[in-house]
Amino acid sequence: MKYVNQPVRKSDAMSLVTGKPVYTDDLVPKDCLIVKILRSPYANAWIEDIRTGTAAQVSGIACVFTYKDVPQKRFTLAGQTYPEMSPYDRLILDRHVRFVGDAVAIVAGETEAAVDKALKRIKVKYRVEEPVLDIHTAMDHKTLVHPEGNWESKVPVGADNKRNLCASYTEESGNVEELLAQCKYTVDQVYHTKANQQAMMETFRSYCYMDHFGRLNVVSSTQIPFHVRRILGTALDIPSSKIRVIKPRIGGGFGAKQTAVSDVYPAFVTWKTGRPCKLVYSRYESQICSSPRHEMEIRVRAGADENGIVRVLDVYSLSNTGAYGEHGPTTVSLSGHKSIALYRHLEAYRFAYDVVYTNMQAAGAYRGYGATQGIFAVESAVNELAAQMHMDPVKIRELNMPLEGGPLPGYPDSPYATSCAMDQCMVRAKEMMDWDAKYPCRDMGNGKVRGVGVAMAMQGSSIAGVDVGGADLKLNEDGSYTLGLGCTDMGTGCDTIMAQIAAECLETSMENIVVFGVDTDISPYDSGSYASATTYTTGVAVMHACEALREKICALGAAMLDAEKAQVDFDGEYVYSSDKKVSLREIAVKGTCGNTQELQVTRSHSSQISPPPYMVGMAEVEIDKETGSVKVLDYVAVADCGTPINPNLARVQTEGGIAQGIGMALYEDVQYSEKGAVRNNSFMQYKIPSRMDIGSIRVDFRSSYEETGPFGAKSIGELVIDTPSPAIANAIYNAVGVRARELPITPEKIAMGILEQEERE
Amino acid sequence: MNISFWLNGVCVSGEAEPDTLLLDFLRQKGCYSVKRGCETANCGLCTVLMDGKPVLSCSVLAVRAEGHKIITLEGMQKEAEEFGSFLADEGAEQCGFCNPGFIMNVFAMLKEIPDPTEEEIREYLSGNLCRCSGFVGQTRSILKFLQYKKAQKEGEE
Ligand code: FES
Ligand code: FES
Repeated sequence: MKYVNQPVRKSDAMSLVTGKPVYTDDLVPKDCLIVKILRSPYANAWIEDIRTGTAAQVSGIACVFTYKDVPQKRFTLAGQTYPEMSPYDRLILDRHVRFVGDAVAIVAGETEAAVDKALKRIKVKYRVEEPVLDIHTAMDHKTLVHPEGNWESKVPVGADNKRNLCASYTEESGNVEELLAQCKYTVDQVYHTKANQQAMMETFRSYCYMDHFGRLNVVSSTQIPFHVRRILGTALDIPSSKIRVIKPRIGGGFGAKQTAVSDVYPAFVTWKTGRPCKLVYSRYESQICSSPRHEMEIRVRAGADENGIVRVLDVYSLSNTGAYGEHGPTTVSLSGHKSIALYRHLEAYRFAYDVVYTNMQAAGAYRGYGATQGIFAVESAVNELAAQMHMDPVKIRELNMPLEGGPLPGYPDSPYATSCAMDQCMVRAKEMMDWDAKYPCRDMGNGKVRGVGVAMAMQGSSIAGVDVGGADLKLNEDGSYTLGLGCTDMGTGCDTIMAQIAAECLETSMENIVVFGVDTDISPYDSGSYASATTYTTGVAVMHACEALREKICALGAAMLDAEKAQVDFDGEYVYSSDKKVSLREIAVKGTCGNTQELQVTRSHSSQISPPPYMVGMAEVEIDKETGSVKVLDYVAVADCGTPINPNLARVQTEGGIAQGIGMALYEDVQYSEKGAVRNNSFMQYKIPSRMDIGSIRVDFRSSYEETGPFGAKSIGELVIDTPSPAIANAIYNAVGVRARELPITPEKIAMGILEQEERE
Repeated sequence: MNISFWLNGVCVSGEAEPDTLLLDFLRQKGCYSVKRGCETANCGLCTVLMDGKPVLSCSVLAVRAEGHKIITLEGMQKEAEEFGSFLADEGAEQCGFCNPGFIMNVFAMLKEIPDPTEEEIREYLSGNLCRCSGFVGQTRSILKFLQYKKAQKEGEE
């Protein structure tokens, strides 16, 4: 193939590497008002009195808004297909503030200095109440995070605001208790994963202006332009038809921007004042009031027989959605569905969860979306099973992993593995790591021990039966094509990937395809880029659009040749009949003169299944037994993402996801004070991995072929963050015998573990 | 107060408050390649060259630039294209938001250490965060760029 499965350079690469002004804040109109938010110093409080008079008098201030000024209809900021699973529990500004950092007032003014001055002049009297800050006591706590009467859960997910419950659920297949009783080896442990910040380099931001039709235009760094349009319509209580959302280049998202974290504020200002404005979140705001990963505590009970066959899994997840429920009911479901399914011999499983409200910053979508948490727990539990039976952790996986055509227990979105090369991934990973030589550990003789560890993972490809990908394709007068997209390239390269697919299908060059996206006025509807959906779903929409446009080109070409349509062929350059031909250019020109057949098509696609991509990750760590400090020397990842449409981009996605996963495993932890304030509110305190923290990351692919994906492709973007935590925890155990069941695995935890071990001996 | 300095080879002047940061001043002057990723001098996105040395423009007051020579990526477009094409060929430019600061620091490094080892690369660039690429693709692009430069030089000799 000429373009598919080729390491094509991204179409926007050169403007990015030369620093061209292509991001939201590079494009704002000159006379933009600056918008800032006054934030609550309390985790749970009611505004008794708020005075803004002197603030509004500051010279250059355009407006000051409080809860008294905003519409009273609740909404969710979650970027999900309507009706959203996430509860409608927000107002733009509320009298009741529910976490430290919650919005109290909006100020817009001509200069930053004026806005800062006005913010200081707003006088607020709060009635402070006891906050809920512990996930264990949140359910049925006497303090309700959402006592309000107009709280609403649109979909039955087991939510109950009178119990601080954002979702609750149980499913069981087979008799779990009976099987656990029968199994020779069992594990019953609790694993704890923490909130992590996506920490994309470009913080949340958008700017707004009114156009000549009196419509609100929103340029936003978002993964979900079409959802933002709907969300703003609800929040501002105006028809969505009055809103247009445009997505320029984005400086990273990783799920953070699958929540409309900051758009409502500038949208409200521009709608009310008619003046253009912008809001750029500081890093501080991005740390304290954004959309981090859900903290989860997951109890896993697992049972295996004497041959190492895992027969039963029982997973209970307690998830912390924080003060608002964005993505609360959905992330948690992946913690079971994407982890239990990794074990094909299960005769019984149970999966249950509770998602609780607390007075902490609202959680959201972060790459992996709950699967990451669940896979850490289940893979760790299976490693504990393997240790009990003195079995190599690779071996237990070889015995139990998903196989092509085999079952995926408890994964309703694809009950069996339509395409799966997990076995080959394991073979290749073993070889790359030289596992047999290195397992379990090597004493380096200087107080340092090296150990290796392993984990498997799977994710989905789109939300089955929900996500919609769209492609709009037209032939231009000059014989070039324009491909309109609604999926959101956030650096991942999907604009390029879609052009590769189109070029392949249309037998033309990439340069001949202009990609356009995203503008909700013009782009075809697309759910947006999340849920590992883009390549898999929108890719098929592009293929279908190409097929349909080829038909149209053939029809017009045939008419020009006085031939039957069935008799002509198109090779990308010419339409042929037996003895004559007409060029694409001529057909394109014909399309502009006296023509009644549009050379343009739009196609939508949605998949009924969500075929998982698979991965094996292996870590080699070095631990200083004295200090407990740990270094990831080498990380080997072998992925089956089906056909990698662009192997370079798939590789870098994988490397980037693993680096983030290393951060999750070893460093990252959004911590709160006893009063509920985020402690690590800057990059000074919240350490994401730097290049000094990353050893080598080596990536390879073993590809199955997914019939339902474009050219056999599945997803890659989220899968890649799932293995580091369990693989690194396993490597640490294999090196020094310390079981880390709580992330991040800090040197203190390792050193303490080593000490406890020594005391026991 | 009024300040003036050399920006990408051209003398510019303008009004700056005593607390105006160089980063904001440069963006006001149209140098949009200069990005902000934090407020705590931890990310390296705002890196520019001051008299040939890399500085974090978020931690330098605009008035400090008075009379100095500031170079941003806008002033090194040819070089950016040359090195950037290696980054792009790895797919490691990703979202691109960290690229200008990273690339400026790569140039600074190559001036100081013409033939750096992998370890030296890591150390020199350790202040340049990137959340997308996982860094290893960036390193590959630097190593390949060095090879290319070497071959180019050998060809000339
Ligand atoms: S903006 Fe982060 S170091 Fe300057
Ligand atoms: S490429 Fe996105 S932060 Fe580096």
